[in-house]
Amino acid sequence: MVMNLTKPAMPSDDKRWKIVNATMRRYGHSQHSLIEALHTVQEIFGFLDETALKFVAKSLRVPLSKVYGVATFYNFFTLKPQGEHTCVVCMGTACYIKGAPQILEAIEHLAKIKPGETTPDRKLTVISARCFGSCGLAPAVAFDGEVAAKVSPAAATEKIRRWMNS
Amino acid sequence: MTPEELHKIAETELEAKQKIPHTLCVCMAAGCVSTHSDKVKESLQQAIEKHGLKETCKVKGVGCMGLCMAGPLVAVAQTDALYQMVAPQDAEEIVKNLGKQPVKRLACDTTQPFFTRQKKIVLENSGVVDSERIEEYIVAKGYEGLLEALTSMNQAEVVEQVSKSGLRGRGGAGFPTGLKWGTVAKARGERKFVICNGDEGDPGAFMDRSVLESDPHRVLEGMAIGGYAVGASQGYIYVRAEYPLAVKRLKDAIKQAERLGLLGHNIFGTTFSFNIEVRLGAGAFVCGEETALIASVEGKRGQPRPRPPFPAERGLWDCPTLINNVETFANIPPIIRNGGEWFAGIGTEKGKGTKVFALAGAVKNTGLIEVPMGISLREIIFEIGGGIPDGKKFKAVQTGGPSGGCIPEQFLDMPVDYDSLAKVGSIMGSGGMIVMDETSCMVDVAKFFMEFCMTESCGKCVPCRVGTKQMHELLSKITDGTATDENLAMLEELCDVVKNTSLCGLGMTAPNPVVSTLRYFRDEYMAHIHDHRCPAGVCKIGKEQLATV
Repeated sequence: MVMNLTKPAMPSDDKRWKIVNATMRRYGHSQHSLIEALHTVQEIFGFLDETALKFVAKSLRVPLSKVYGVATFYNFFTLKPQGEHTCVVCMGTACYIKGAPQILEAIEHLAKIKPGETTPDRKLTVISARCFGSCGLAPAVAFDGEVAAKVSPAAATEKIRRWMNS
Repeated sequence: MTPEELHKIAETELEAKQKIPHTLCVCMAAGCVSTHSDKVKESLQQAIEKHGLKETCKVKGVGCMGLCMAGPLVAVAQTDALYQMVAPQDAEEIVKNLGKQPVKRLACDTTQPFFTRQKKIVLENSGVVDSERIEEYIVAKGYEGLLEALTSMNQAEVVEQVSKSGLRGRGGAGFPTGLKWGTVAKARGERKFVICNGDEGDPGAFMDRSVLESDPHRVLEGMAIGGYAVGASQGYIYVRAEYPLAVKRLKDAIKQAERLGLLGHNIFGTTFSFNIEVRLGAGAFVCGEETALIASVEGKRGQPRPRPPFPAERGLWDCPTLINNVETFANIPPIIRNGGEWFAGIGTEKGKGTKVFALAGAVKNTGLIEVPMGISLREIIFEIGGGIPDGKKFKAVQTGGPSGGCIPEQFLDMPVDYDSLAKVGSIMGSGGMIVMDETSCMVDVAKFFMEFCMTESCGKCVPCRVGTKQMHELLSKITDGTATDENLAMLEELCDVVKNTSLCGLGMTAPNPVVSTLRYFRDEYMAHIHDHRCPAGVCKIGKEQLATV
């Protein structure tokens, strides 16, 4: 059987697609590199949109339905664009019993959004996480990827208020 | 790389080390980094340069020192001095006092039980070596286990030493490691694989993260020894994407080992070749289950499949696969170096060696500890952990995360090993240990874990997919104060069904937190159902009821 090895054209002139291509090339465009490819897309574009899913599906010769299945199975992947700032509240056991629910409640009250949502002005995305593994410093919150230790509801809302007013 | 070259690296490194009398070790594991230890390291460096001490003082980043709650931690190598909660502006004072009395204001007492009661095997290099430099690991006898295995032992002898050690899987289930290695070694197949399970998904557990961040080469060495013993030449290490620092250090460590020829073709001039690739998890708790993890490495949805066949016979791409947890592999190099009997001399009859625990929750000293098997829970919580803060009363300790149970006070003197924990309805688990005081509601805790299992259920089998949802609804009814005795009976029945009919470990153990809290804290359930009140004052019903009285 002659395999069609031509790769699909990049979705746009955006140079970042080359990075995605590089990841897939590193694994010889094998189907098992799907998760690694999606990680790369999310890392550089921030989320996985339809264009990206279709491009990866074609490049790796995996049905789009399977790519969509993988992208939605894993919590780490998001199909929606994130806000300018992200606030991730750890809801692991240690953080939970040390008051993480109260932090989340205070944030929800202030920003008027629930975990997983983004404010209408796209300034802020709030996410609740399973566990950062920063249990020794509970409760922990990651503001734009930087983990803060022993956070109080007041400290969290203060930080977010500054973001929202900036 | 020849054996001589390995020893030469160690000698050169040691010589360089001896020329510098003072070394400041700054903890650069994720815990301390989040309290800005990187800035402390910078200012220490600046202070050394400012005082012209570059020839005599050195600053290096090291792995986790354990006492996360007192971070950022800075240790003065070769002395007992340990500084806690160091701020960048303290740098000058610390540097000035090198070789003199340590700065009192910042001193952390290293004679307290937190430090003296531990026994370190897996963490022997954590907080001591610079995890970003392979040379430091080599000085600490690194890769000597691999050298010994490759040059003076045959494959069966390696398996025999691991069997003799009595090491059991540190991922939680406690399967004898030697037996697993023997099975994969005997399995027929042209290609075999080694997988290291670093998908530490239990909330409240961070042992694997710390080991990978603090001493990544130890895990790589353990995997390579495993590869030699079972006849595999390719390894994968599956790490959570939520641990970016661990992923980075691991990738760097693999590159360094490849550069020196400690991974790759013909290691130490033998016919043995071994390569390791990192695979990122993507946030699915079920991927900690071995068959789900294998599916994920293959780039698929992480759904488990029935066993047998076990991965030892048909694993990755249907080839025989050795799959062990991070901590299990981390135990291998010292076992090969010192012999299985040495390891078997530590711990209890059925639980050999040590166990790393992530101690967190309502306890004074939170952080990472390593203790010999057989130590009592009371020693861990009240001596090493320093007891419950704020004068509160101990209520329960939770081990094993969503698959484990809550252990009440009456079992605190029980020795910690696989069997005794199972006997009281919990499990050893991967090592998360969360202490709870009187302000925690046990029904709420059970609901918390059930919510976790419900969301993380992969949906493949009905008992887990539907059962966890039903159990969560029943628990919500109890915490709302609207449940009846029939609801409780239904909950207990569901626990039994889900436990006995689920496909994989996630479903089989999901009822554990409910079963154990029902066993020891039934009165709390009753207070919610009959008196419509939450004794700990956590569930909303209690507060609302009080307000209307």
